[in-house]
Amino acid sequence: MSKQAPSSPNATSEAAEADEETPESGDADAAQSPVTTGSESVIRALENEGVEAVFGVQGGAIMPIYDALYHSDIRHITMAHEQGAAHAADAFSVVRNEPGVCLATSGPGATNLVTGIADANMDSDGLLALTGQVPVDMVGSDAFQETDTTGVTAPITKHNYFASDPDTVGDTVGEALALAGEGRPGPTLVDLPKDVSLDDTEVEPGPAEPPETTRPQYVADESDVQTAAEAIEAAERPLLLFGGGVIKADATDEARAFADEYELPVVTTMPGIGSVPEDDELCLSWAGMHGTGYANMAITHTDMLIAVGTRFDDRLTGGVDTFAPEAEVVHIDIDPAEMSKNVHADYPLVGDAGIVLDQLDDAIGATPDADEWREQCRTWQDEYPMDYATPDDEPLKPQFVVEILDEATDDDTIVTSGVGQHQMWAAQYWTFSEPRTWVSSHGLGTMGYGLPAAIGARIAADDEQDVVCVDGDGSFLMTIQELSVAVREELDITVAVLNNEYIGMVRQWQDAFFEGRRMAAEYNWCPEFDKLAEAFGARGWRVDDYDEVADAVEEALDYDGPSVIDFHIDPAENVYPMVASGGANGKFALTEDQL
Amino acid sequence: MSSEDSDSTDDLPKHGLKGPEPEERPHPEGRRNAQGIRIDPEAEAEHEPRRAVLSALVENDPGVLSRIAGLFSRRQFNIESLTVGPTTVENHSRITMVIEEPDPGIDQAEKQLAKLKPVISVGELDDDAVRTELVLLKVEGDEPDKVHAVTEMYDGQTLDAGPKTITVQLTGDEQKIDDAIDAFDQFGIIEIARTGYTALARGDQATVPGEKPGTANEPTKPTNTQ
Repeated sequence: MSKQAPSSPNATSEAAEADEETPESGDADAAQSPVTTGSESVIRALENEGVEAVFGVQGGAIMPIYDALYHSDIRHITMAHEQGAAHAADAFSVVRNEPGVCLATSGPGATNLVTGIADANMDSDGLLALTGQVPVDMVGSDAFQETDTTGVTAPITKHNYFASDPDTVGDTVGEALALAGEGRPGPTLVDLPKDVSLDDTEVEPGPAEPPETTRPQYVADESDVQTAAEAIEAAERPLLLFGGGVIKADATDEARAFADEYELPVVTTMPGIGSVPEDDELCLSWAGMHGTGYANMAITHTDMLIAVGTRFDDRLTGGVDTFAPEAEVVHIDIDPAEMSKNVHADYPLVGDAGIVLDQLDDAIGATPDADEWREQCRTWQDEYPMDYATPDDEPLKPQFVVEILDEATDDDTIVTSGVGQHQMWAAQYWTFSEPRTWVSSHGLGTMGYGLPAAIGARIAADDEQDVVCVDGDGSFLMTIQELSVAVREELDITVAVLNNEYIGMVRQWQDAFFEGRRMAAEYNWCPEFDKLAEAFGARGWRVDDYDEVADAVEEALDYDGPSVIDFHIDPAENVYPMVASGGANGKFALTEDQL
Repeated sequence: MSSEDSDSTDDLPKHGLKGPEPEERPHPEGRRNAQGIRIDPEAEAEHEPRRAVLSALVENDPGVLSRIAGLFSRRQFNIESLTVGPTTVENHSRITMVIEEPDPGIDQAEKQLAKLKPVISVGELDDDAVRTELVLLKVEGDEPDKVHAVTEMYDGQTLDAGPKTITVQLTGDEQKIDDAIDAFDQFGIIEIARTGYTALARGDQATVPGEKPGTANEPTKPTNTQ
């Protein structure tokens, strides 16, 4: 009944490592000395699970763990700020589909991780955070750099652990890592008191297993599948909605096969971008607040929404009272708590996306007749094309920059982004075709995510893959210090800043809903990012005109190291289409006047 | 696909895309209610809140109570009472919660509880479950005879009787406790401590799904896979 072994990301990475066993790792295995301290046991647990890279920042209470890393083959990337470490590990997990690991010391180190952990939690990204803590007998005394880390992170983790025993700390770390990747992935945390890390122990960690109480259900109930299949057969306007869960479940093959076999139109969520090729004729791109008009029209008119691996976030649904008003909903998700949480599931199917899609495929007898419906969707594609105005005399349009970047790079290029207008333009105008190539902060909407995520993605990606970070000026400034890490580690990353000297999305909302009072949204004190990049030791360009874009992009992509292109874009450009917050998906605005 | 390849850019709005205005587009007639349920004749009504008694079997991990309390406050579940105590199985505790929510909220509370790592199993108790509450009442001691009589009527016990105050203990269902409090009101109630419900399923029914009632000191099998 379970697909535990093949689906376990750790097992996959172990297998991968075994396949391409490098001489170094072979030697290291042979030379592994017995565990003598709690911290060595922690690192051994990571090594046993095939962890290749960890991201972190040194500090007082985590020093014993770092000391144990000194003799390990695990690559450590020192980040400029712990938030960067959490985002980098998060992006690593998105690209590799296995939990990323980040480290921080106690107190401020641990609290600096919080934003990254919360981000991973909202996006169901596997993440293991290891935090130092003051010695056990000082806990509760308000000791130097003490914070109740398990208390602070309880609401934003799948589970967290306070490790109080050097003999079991390795197993605890293994369990936390396994739990992070099991079922619906998410962040876990182990708080490691300094004395526990330093104490003697000879206990080697055993195999990493998730806790007994959390075993998810991978195969859906067969009679529920049958009922759902019959409802799908009878549908007149069936629509597939693929969320990020399709990618996390490694179910893009099953998802694409399902869509092709029944010739059903597909809409994705923003985290689901890449689950199907966006240039496929069945794909209507992504729906929601800034999704395409045709995707939102399809959602509005479908009578059978087959939703896979999505939690029906409000940025997708708008107001639920107007979301897919005529549709019955088949909801496939591995988390039972997602069933009817936001949108009522008429046919809830709890299980792994790939397995349940196969079950459903087996159960469907007759292909629903969707010819007319497909034709209707195509009409909407013609009616509401994704387009923008580019008169010669206007300043550079951000959408144009994104299109040039897309054209200049391969299909497997990984795109990371911060949060704001630039994120929407990147998602709208980049044509994604592969899973795990779109790395963004969706649920939490964390400005500053893009650059540290690019670092994590670069470490996780193949050397041949390009990594491009599309950032905004405000977002870039929030974590720009991580550029020092990219320079030190010689990471080949291209940052494209879409610079409008605004917190642009806020400005767009202020203009639309606050009568143009642009309170605190103007960033015309932005530094010159090209020069700042050079100051960090990276390469920098500044681009103001259409005819400079392609050359700068080419040079930046060719440069074997971190590069930053500061694109000065039309400051007045806004993101459309737009569904007003809480509004109906079908009433997307195409211009400011329609809001 | 920039519009450079289209005939003219003059027709385009200054910022934005093509297509009819929102009001000119076709719109379906249907709608959903605030709970995301599609409106059809059967599902027209909004769900009214009701009181539900949930029982959760949990591992005695550190902080389990704060995790559960935190879950309720974070997700805005309206919790009425919560009691907790050990079971016959070592390292297991039973938590009994009374919540007041519409049906989808109760369902969601159960599922979110089941997701917590220390939670072994969760179930809602039927209306016929055995449930009881304990209350301590401290009343003015001016009329000890009458207080004693009312205490007897409600099968209570006097725990402390002094010249100024009398403290009694009562157990029973919510209605009985409420009635008793009304009855004691005439003497002047000084302080009240109520525990909230604790409850077990009736007969040989398992209180939480998968729980095997018995005295054996064996771990209960986890069943929260739903």
